[in-house]
Amino acid sequence: MTRRIRIAHLSCGSEYSGIQKEIQNAVEAVNAEIVYPEVDTDAIKDAVREWGLEVASPDLQLMIARAKSIVEGGFPVDAVFITTCFRCAEGAITRSELRRYIHERANLPVISYSFTERTTAETLLTRMEALVTTALRRTLLAREKQTGLTAGIDSGSTTTKAVIMRDNEIIGVGWVDTTEVLKSAELAYTTALTMAGVDKSEIQALGTTGYGRLLVGETMKAELVQEELTVNSKGAVYLAEKQKGPATVIDIGGMDNKAISVIDGIPGSFTMGGICAGASGRFLDMTARRLGVDISELGPLASQGDHTRLTMNSYCIVFGTQSLVNALSLGATKEDVASAACYSVAEQVFDQQLQELEIVEPVIMVGGTSLISGLVEAMQDLLGATVIVPRYSQYIGAVGSALLASGFVE
Amino acid sequence: MVKILVYPSNSLILSDLVTRFGHEPLTLMRVIRQKIKEVGIDSPPINVTPEDPKKGLKYAAVDVPSGVRGRMALLDPLIEEAEAAIIVHEADYSFGCMGCARTNELVKYIIRNKDIPRLELTYPTCDDEAREFVRKIRDFCESLTRKAEVLA
Repeated sequence: MTRRIRIAHLSCGSEYSGIQKEIQNAVEAVNAEIVYPEVDTDAIKDAVREWGLEVASPDLQLMIARAKSIVEGGFPVDAVFITTCFRCAEGAITRSELRRYIHERANLPVISYSFTERTTAETLLTRMEALVTTALRRTLLAREKQTGLTAGIDSGSTTTKAVIMRDNEIIGVGWVDTTEVLKSAELAYTTALTMAGVDKSEIQALGTTGYGRLLVGETMKAELVQEELTVNSKGAVYLAEKQKGPATVIDIGGMDNKAISVIDGIPGSFTMGGICAGASGRFLDMTARRLGVDISELGPLASQGDHTRLTMNSYCIVFGTQSLVNALSLGATKEDVASAACYSVAEQVFDQQLQELEIVEPVIMVGGTSLISGLVEAMQDLLGATVIVPRYSQYIGAVGSALLASGFVE
Repeated sequence: MVKILVYPSNSLILSDLVTRFGHEPLTLMRVIRQKIKEVGIDSPPINVTPEDPKKGLKYAAVDVPSGVRGRMALLDPLIEEAEAAIIVHEADYSFGCMGCARTNELVKYIIRNKDIPRLELTYPTCDDEAREFVRKIRDFCESLTRKAEVLA
């Protein structure tokens, strides 16, 4: 039986937002337990003074004292979950600095999240799953080569991808729009199997990831059902041949975005978000349709344009579309609009998510949007770093799943 | 007997002092006791549900953190009932603590704008200050008793 991992919860009072039960449910769903490092009330002030961040809220001060207790080995845990209220400045500063502090000093997996009263267990589940996997499955995640004949299915919010791999080579791929989760998975899988020229019965292990991973994994009796943060990290460094050392993985998805700091193929810290569809691949899809071009043409079109000629803030998909329509009505060229749309999405990911991570090269962009060259160029421009887009980057989740699933072959 | 809101509102010492000097302390423990006894709600540890931060909209807009609004929802019945208030600044953790500096600011502001007798004190740091601290609370409570007797 797998041991229950201990997740230390550092929070400024999620119980006052009415979401403590949601956190508890998400933690129980991944067979973990929440623990609270005990600290003496007399020690709190000293801990805050020593740590050096002068925060006014006593609960934030308690978080700091608890974090110090973990780092100094006074309270053994396997992972740390840091939460503060959304829209609280001192909470955000404390959260971000504590994450960095624990990650650097205690070498523990840490995730942070800013909650509202609308936070649900479902929202937290992927993050908890990644936290538990990183803490528990280090051996599986250390796998650098795919062996045997395995398959991976990435049931994403917009598209479903499948990959067949044999002895460290991709021999079949399938890509379909996601409609009905199971039918789409079946179709993508069949397409990949046909291309590979193998029968389903020959597959030695199957891995699933993405939003539909649980349903697809259960129905198809997958050996590995894994959230996309871990799988994408592994798939990205594998495809980019950067398995050793640090890397940064950026995946701008159809529904949310992931930015992951990876060390030796294992996610260290990550942010997962997307305040609005305006900061996702969905906005670029809409832009392409409005410009009357196929999504595959949007990137090259953007490369010919100049985003500085117009302002587009796609913070909200509605306002983003409004500025897109306004720009066109004022005579802006398709190229400039495409460029501005790509830049706007890249800028939001940069502002909202990448600021929370330490960006270390190589930077690897993956997922379907990594094929939009204008978006990759915008990201390079903002980061001031070269962005690698490996071959098969759009199949990242499926490749990572097939690779990790091969751990179940022997 | 006057209903006195104590702040920090989970301070057992303040609550005890107010009771000893003949008045009714309005404390958070009372609200939470009611909450956890409420049948049909299962939202541990204190049975605050996502509905509470929405009730807190009475005091703060939606762009104020949910933790502040959730705390305000708990304090609402106490603020509503309060006929007087005792606020202690810079209290020690063990004396009582609402956890959130923004909530502290908002509650104190609301109390100051309520037309009720109010005593504001700084948390004592030595024996002499502690004696003075208790004396001021006693004097304040006695002044409330006299006022109540006059009105009666």
